[in-house]
Amino acid sequence: MLGLEKKDFQLLLIVIGLTLFAPFLLNPFPEGSDLAQFNAGYPDLMQRFVIFGIFAIGFNILFGLTGYLSFGHAAFLGAGSYGAVWMFKLLSMNVLPAIAISVVIAGLFSLLIGYVSLRRSGIYFSILTLAFAQMSFALAYSVLTPITGGETGLQLALSDPRIFGAAQTATGNIPVPALFGLEMRSSFEWNVGAWLFTFNAGYYLAAFFMIIAFYISIRIFRSPFGMMLRAIKSNQTRMSYTGLNARPYTLAAFVISGMYAGLAGGLMASMDPLAGAERMQWTASGEVVLMTILGGAGTLIGPVLGAGMIKYFENIFSKINETILHGWFAFLPDGLEDVVVAMIYPFIGKGWHLTLGIMFMLVVIFLPGGLVQGGQKIGALFSRKKAEETKPNATEPAE
Amino acid sequence: MSNNSFSRRGVLKTGMVASAGLALPQYLRAQESGFTNAPGASEVILGFNVPQTGPYADEGADELRAYELAVEHLNGEGDGGMLGTFSSQALEGAGILGRRVGYVTGDTQTKSDAARASARSMIEKDGAIMITGGSSSGVAVAVQALCQEAGIIFMAGLTHSNDTTGKDKRANGFRHFFNSYMSGAALAPVLQAAYGSDRKAYHLTADYNWGYTTEEAVRTSTEAMGWETVNTVLTPLTQTDFSSYIAPVLNSGADVLVLNHYGGNMVNSLTNAVQFGLREAQANGKNFEIVVPLYSRLMARGAGSAVAGIFGSTNWHWSLQDAGSQAFVRSFGTKYGFPPSQAAHTCYVQTLLYADAVTRAGSFNPCAVVEALEDFEFDGLGNGPTLYRGEDHQCFKDVLVVKGKENPENEFDLLEIVEITPVAQVTYPADHPQFAGGALGTCNPGA
Repeated sequence: MLGLEKKDFQLLLIVIGLTLFAPFLLNPFPEGSDLAQFNAGYPDLMQRFVIFGIFAIGFNILFGLTGYLSFGHAAFLGAGSYGAVWMFKLLSMNVLPAIAISVVIAGLFSLLIGYVSLRRSGIYFSILTLAFAQMSFALAYSVLTPITGGETGLQLALSDPRIFGAAQTATGNIPVPALFGLEMRSSFEWNVGAWLFTFNAGYYLAAFFMIIAFYISIRIFRSPFGMMLRAIKSNQTRMSYTGLNARPYTLAAFVISGMYAGLAGGLMASMDPLAGAERMQWTASGEVVLMTILGGAGTLIGPVLGAGMIKYFENIFSKINETILHGWFAFLPDGLEDVVVAMIYPFIGKGWHLTLGIMFMLVVIFLPGGLVQGGQKIGALFSRKKAEETKPNATEPAE
Repeated sequence: MSNNSFSRRGVLKTGMVASAGLALPQYLRAQESGFTNAPGASEVILGFNVPQTGPYADEGADELRAYELAVEHLNGEGDGGMLGTFSSQALEGAGILGRRVGYVTGDTQTKSDAARASARSMIEKDGAIMITGGSSSGVAVAVQALCQEAGIIFMAGLTHSNDTTGKDKRANGFRHFFNSYMSGAALAPVLQAAYGSDRKAYHLTADYNWGYTTEEAVRTSTEAMGWETVNTVLTPLTQTDFSSYIAPVLNSGADVLVLNHYGGNMVNSLTNAVQFGLREAQANGKNFEIVVPLYSRLMARGAGSAVAGIFGSTNWHWSLQDAGSQAFVRSFGTKYGFPPSQAAHTCYVQTLLYADAVTRAGSFNPCAVVEALEDFEFDGLGNGPTLYRGEDHQCFKDVLVVKGKENPENEFDLLEIVEITPVAQVTYPADHPQFAGGALGTCNPGA
């Protein structure tokens, strides 16, 4: 169906199902209970899950298939968001032109950087992309302040022209990004007993784009072009001896993944109309590498899982503070409570990086194929025969 | 290729689900209260969004301590701190409007993106009615804009750039902290008295918004009293070794070095400058001098003995002797064992001011709060009589000019107050060129 094999189509259906019902799946705990702390079903985080999912899917097309490790992908995300915010400032608050321009700008930008960087491979390529991204960050942070807003970030203002839309609303405020009048931050809240589910317009728009992005990624993985990219990963020298020039293929993969990053950047700006230079910093580039490896590089669903996992840690674990911990362990005797809290505290709250680092190490050491491999191992435990059958299918690492 | 094909029933089902999905979000969320996150009958949630990691983590940790203390006092625990000295006696230590104050915390990482993500989660997930915090102007401006969109009040923490209440001001945002202009205006007379009016200044400026506004403010004020600006050099924010920037200073003909740096930047550049012997140097027949426009105790501690005798300005210092400051230092010291920083002070005061405004307005509605805060005059919060100006939501109060102590007695006693610059001297018209190009807009209650 849709030009996909049965397995891939099922995977696509699973992804569609997950994104469609995310507001339910991410809010498993009743509102007001102690565990509501772990609910992730609020618009901002749901949007981030899918947006970074798109970013990681795109990165995986480059890294997972060709093995070229780009350390500067955040630059394209940043360029995309700047483009989108400028569209909001100059044109109108409709998100479609903003998203379109962000993809175009990121595509052109990645063509430029890819053309230069892809003259080298391996670590030299990584360093080149890293250098370009840091250069973009430094430019955006200070030299290009008139275009990028510098440290403060590029923001909307009441005085923006907005040729095809109102410069300000009737009440004198800055209009918010919308899709033909449907505001991105408008939500429908549904109370079911003790549970509260939020359905956000922006989330569903981003989810729609992610499903498209995921579908295109499956098609690329299964196409002759994808096969060529895998060939580059497995042995580029042999490829050139057979008379094939690898560079057009790598450049195409680089630009495609750059456009994915631009799409993610444009969506980010559409959900929250601000573009900050930090989006281009090397830590942001490193994050997408982590997402991809954590989830499983070269697999289809892996990067999405990795992105979700990291964003969950960043937004949920970092907000658990000492007071909440004391609340959890209040049933323990006083001295013991303090000891337990002191032992756990370094790993949550501001220490969430530490927990994530440990998790990442464990995954790399014990599950080189990422979370996807973990899932496969668990699946194999339950049915040996089935696991052997499914081995040569969609969710296997490229090598 | 699979043989699956769309069945009629399947298509109908999918269509129904899809159209329902499209129709749902159109149903805008309307609350009976008419504003975002109206609190329930028993509890009100405040959002404390501070840097817990990154270059300003020290400031952030101190801000968080101050917020926790403020919540304690608002709920009637502890010794009440500044509640007793605050000129408005609307707060009685019984929460806000009879609701117990709860709070959530978040990490801004000193990045606009992370700060906005954290603030959004506070608004959307935890139902925070007010967001406060920030230890850098970029973050403060970004979160302020977000709060304006969402219809939440933002009480800025430590943010010194003119832009926060200048070109990026917002109706839902308020700043108690002083700004670059005030630093310049307060410092200039003291510098003139100490170093004379015939001086040549060399500026090293951190290459971002706050650096630009501070350099402009200090340059304008010092040039107005006769100083000449020899050169201004931008330094990258991530720079840790400033030797290559300091070396040309001595031969430039300048006799004063102004370091428009903050945090780790200032610690490094000042240390480098002292190591290069600038303090002992002579230029144009005068002693070479160094000026740091924005001082903080945490920075002074980082720079150690290098700060001795160097002038700068600060919003507040724990050694102030007025009743409000003393009450605050006492409760903070009792709880944590050391005196609060200026970041802690401004955050504590902002929380109290918000609670007081809600109480006086009798409503949590952001528009009512804005009205209560605009042109509000108060006293007893450590800075003398203060005005929250309605035109730009900036507090106008006395500014402290401080000097690094020559012989500090302990690690907290690093700065001494040279002069308390009266408010009249640092007041400027709302349309001053350094603050031009922004509009407050109108308050947004959200929902």
